[in-house]
Amino acid sequence: MSLAKEEKWTIKIGLASCGIAAGARKVYDAFKTQLKDKSLNVEIKQTGCMGMCYNEALIEIISPQNESTFYSKVTPDKVERIINEHIARSTPVTEWAIPQKELKGLMAKQKRVVLRNCGIIDPESLEDYLAAAGYQALEKVLNSMSPQEVIDEITTSGLRGRGGAGFPTGIKWGFARKAEGEPKYIVCNADEGDPGAFMDRSVLESDPHTVIEGMLIAGYAVGASEGYFYIRAEYPLAIKRLEIALAKAMEKGFIGENIKGSGFSFNIKIRQGAGAFVCGEETALLMSIEGKRGMPRVRPPFPANSGLWEKPTTINNVETLANVAWIILNGAGAFNSYGTEKSKGTKVFALAGKVAHGGLIEVPMGITLKEVVFDVGGGTSSGLEFKAIQIGGPSGGVIPASMADTQVDYESVTKTGAIMGSGGLIVMDESSCMVDITKFFLNFTQEESCGKCTFCRIGTLRMLETLKRIANGEGKEEDIELLEELAHNVKRASLCGLGQTAPNPVLTTIKYFRDEYEEHIRDHKCRAKKCQALITYEVISEKCPGCGVCAKYCPTKAISGERKKPFVIDQEKCIRCGLCMNVCRLGAISVQ
Amino acid sequence: MADGSMTDGKIDFSVIDAIARKHSVERGAVIPILQEVQDTLGYVPKAAIQRVADDIDVPASEIYGIVTFYAQFRLEPLGKYLIKVCHGTACHLCGAEMVADTIAQVTGAKEGATSEDKLFTVERVACLGCCSLAPCIMINSDTHGRLTPESIDKTMQEIRKKEAASAG
Repeated sequence: MSLAKEEKWTIKIGLASCGIAAGARKVYDAFKTQLKDKSLNVEIKQTGCMGMCYNEALIEIISPQNESTFYSKVTPDKVERIINEHIARSTPVTEWAIPQKELKGLMAKQKRVVLRNCGIIDPESLEDYLAAAGYQALEKVLNSMSPQEVIDEITTSGLRGRGGAGFPTGIKWGFARKAEGEPKYIVCNADEGDPGAFMDRSVLESDPHTVIEGMLIAGYAVGASEGYFYIRAEYPLAIKRLEIALAKAMEKGFIGENIKGSGFSFNIKIRQGAGAFVCGEETALLMSIEGKRGMPRVRPPFPANSGLWEKPTTINNVETLANVAWIILNGAGAFNSYGTEKSKGTKVFALAGKVAHGGLIEVPMGITLKEVVFDVGGGTSSGLEFKAIQIGGPSGGVIPASMADTQVDYESVTKTGAIMGSGGLIVMDESSCMVDITKFFLNFTQEESCGKCTFCRIGTLRMLETLKRIANGEGKEEDIELLEELAHNVKRASLCGLGQTAPNPVLTTIKYFRDEYEEHIRDHKCRAKKCQALITYEVISEKCPGCGVCAKYCPTKAISGERKKPFVIDQEKCIRCGLCMNVCRLGAISVQ
Repeated sequence: MADGSMTDGKIDFSVIDAIARKHSVERGAVIPILQEVQDTLGYVPKAAIQRVADDIDVPASEIYGIVTFYAQFRLEPLGKYLIKVCHGTACHLCGAEMVADTIAQVTGAKEGATSEDKLFTVERVACLGCCSLAPCIMINSDTHGRLTPESIDKTMQEIRKKEAASAG
């Protein structure tokens, strides 16, 4: 049972937020405790997000021969057997391991540029990052490239802003370089507020140095001396890891005065966003850093000329900056060999919703939505038919299954009426109601509207009221036209991206699922059985054993009955929350 | 979080002064100041707004405007356990309303309110970014995912048991 000392095993445990939420920290502790007294040569490493969130808690075991095995949904009680069989006797526990075929399927269509280190290195170790060619791009830039050469390289690569709008990054940097005023600022927008998106969180939790290095290179290129990370307070782990990374990079002289003797000086601070979605808009974000209410202002002047404290400011998204070091090291040509004519490189998506293999994925631009849902995502999780995909969050739109051949690039997605957005992809199956999901997004944008522009403030509210009416079965024939008219007006009369894009979910669902709206209005029917006013829950007497679980959870005490006899639902009291259906293990509750 | 900086409902203003002093060397520091005040006291009491205003020489009305603009700030004290119920897109599709209903049911606190025993405060948040584990919630700084009514019930009972044990 003994192993030679040089035969070293490595256990990597994914400790990003998703992993921790699934219990990975307890798994980590179990390995630590149980390996303490064993004479096995094992290194236990924490790492970030491995991308396969549906498998959390997730671990990777690497043998001395460098063979890798992934275990999914690991719990502390599985640890002992994994140690005794896999590590001590080199026989992997195959029934718990993720099959190689599944891993290959997941990775076959992915290309990792931004996520190159995620789930591989320890995000809290600078040494790990340095071993993965970390800060070599910065040194290359400082030693052998002029700022203009850096800008040219990024322009040639075709990199466009990954926050959603897709403005060419090199051109943006060029504007700021030419702008007059000192000091100049770089701001990293990590205020990832759209529901359904977690790309920036994962990257910062898993590989913070990549983003810092990108910011330093941006600073050198535009001639800036100060940088800010504006990051959501809701992401405590990302903030913690970023703080650790900044301190270590500073200690080793990658941040600060006269970096590596180059004469270039750059300092970085963190500002925590205080929970306002509108602060993802660049002028609102700057207001927030300045300590004001985060409300957008008219552009021009653009931040490149007059940004933070009226000084030239470049604002880049997390993912945009995470591409920079790779481009510098591998060349613009390597980057623009991926993608389509106008959208180069890769895109990171947070794939979630009713999908089998949800997680963090990175695919070359130009891949089709169908490939993302079925080849990478493994189809729907429910087994129900794939109905639509929501792209771009509350600013984006819903693309129906019939258009799943749409390519993922800025132009093709915009043509559908949605937008690329920052990278949320939510898969919907037949149990998703299009009126309901639209109401959900409008509810969000309406709450998050800062109130400055009348059309955004009042228009979104009127749209939301109309949608609620339709969902309640009280819609009028002319409501669809009313929604369309309001949508166009809100788009035209809003100052910032929030209002200009808030109607997109309404317009795309009306365009592709008009019949569902009409069904709600004319037939008072919700085919997905989501809209509470249009459905009823009933106990199927033949299936009900009278266990009483449903009655226990019913919030309005609408369910009653005698034990061991079928229960009944009082329709007068029922609020149609569906809790009973969720708790019943025997399928004895039906919805009509 | 909320700890001994408040006694008998009175605020120790020297704590606020120290926070203001620490940050005021920087420009635009009012939000970081308020964030630290809230971290220390658990919320931003109205009296603290006036104190911060005096400390950094900004009108109290402006600070009140900031506190009410950003969702993070609270003007009321919290229960011991802050439950953030995620209403992101993935959670919505996977049953966020069911989660909210269950939590209201088992804690006795509706969204936006604190339970009578001051144990739980329930808040609605836009997205916790753990979409693959939907539906999910955050209890203080721990995220819980793949929730079912039973698992929520179990977690809340465990908290109640723990509290009862430490009280008795």
